Amino acid sequence: MKSAVITFPGSNCDRDMDVALKKFGFKNKMIWHTDAELPKIDLVVLPGGFSYGDYLRCGSMASKSKIMQSVINFANSGGMVMGICNGFQILVETGLVPGVLLRNKYLEFICKNVFVKINNKKNKYFKNVENEVLEFHIAHNEGNYFCTNDQLKEIEDNNQIAINYCDEDGKIEDRFNPNGSIKNIAGIFNKEKNVLGMMPHPERMIDSSLSGEDGSLFFKNLINNLK
Amino acid sequence: MKISVIITLKKDVLDPQGKVIHQTLEGMGFNDVNEVRQGKYFEIETKETDNNKAKVKVEEMCKKLLANLVIENYKIIDLK
Repeated sequence: MKSAVITFPGSNCDRDMDVALKKFGFKNKMIWHTDAELPKIDLVVLPGGFSYGDYLRCGSMASKSKIMQSVINFANSGGMVMGICNGFQILVETGLVPGVLLRNKYLEFICKNVFVKINNKKNKYFKNVENEVLEFHIAHNEGNYFCTNDQLKEIEDNNQIAINYCDEDGKIEDRFNPNGSIKNIAGIFNKEKNVLGMMPHPERMIDSSLSGEDGSLFFKNLINNLK
Repeated sequence: MKISVIITLKKDVLDPQGKVIHQTLEGMGFNDVNEVRQGKYFEIETKETDNNKAKVKVEEMCKKLLANLVIENYKIIDLK
């Protein structure tokens, strides 16, 4: 399976993602944002970081960069595109996934482990993941997911919520919501479920001696689902 | 020609920064403030000399980049 990680000026989780993808068998290629064309691949990842210094709105500048038109075309033709953290912010700015990510409710940069519950497994990202609840890491200032009531209805009708913040038993309650996101949303899909945006970083959970292994479960499963 | 644009958050969108500014103002003794909403202001210098054409262009800029219409409104406030 071939993957590509796009690096924007200010990306800083691109290398971590490269390490994670390779660890679980992807042949990964790093792509610079000024490139016009994507190589022939099975998965595109928009990594975390602070593209363009978060100027204007997080992800807004990166969403207009040269490579993104190819990424949008790839996604619209059914290609798998995953955006993590700043990558999620870039995805909402392109309109590939609905909604926006606002400043965290209590104005704090949040850096900690969280639990997320998988809401929808009928897709290539989470199909066959045995666990209902995964422990991932978050590190963001603008992760407060917001959308209009009409959008929320559409998102729910199409089962587009991917993961919700919860406790370790999978209880989705306001007190386990770190940033004020509507309905504890931590990640969402596009309608077709080939595009996934999420604030948590699975690539930071691929080594038991450093953090945890729930990211390993995610990546192992992802590559198997793509085969 | 110089065009000024302001971007404001829509009414239903939470503005935590505005809230904190409001609280700080109260702490400073400005007790009659009802609400504070923070926004953005842009000055755009363009080669265009025709008012209408410039306005259309800036509207396009607002829709495509300067504002995110899910949460923000834009208003062209000055053309000169």
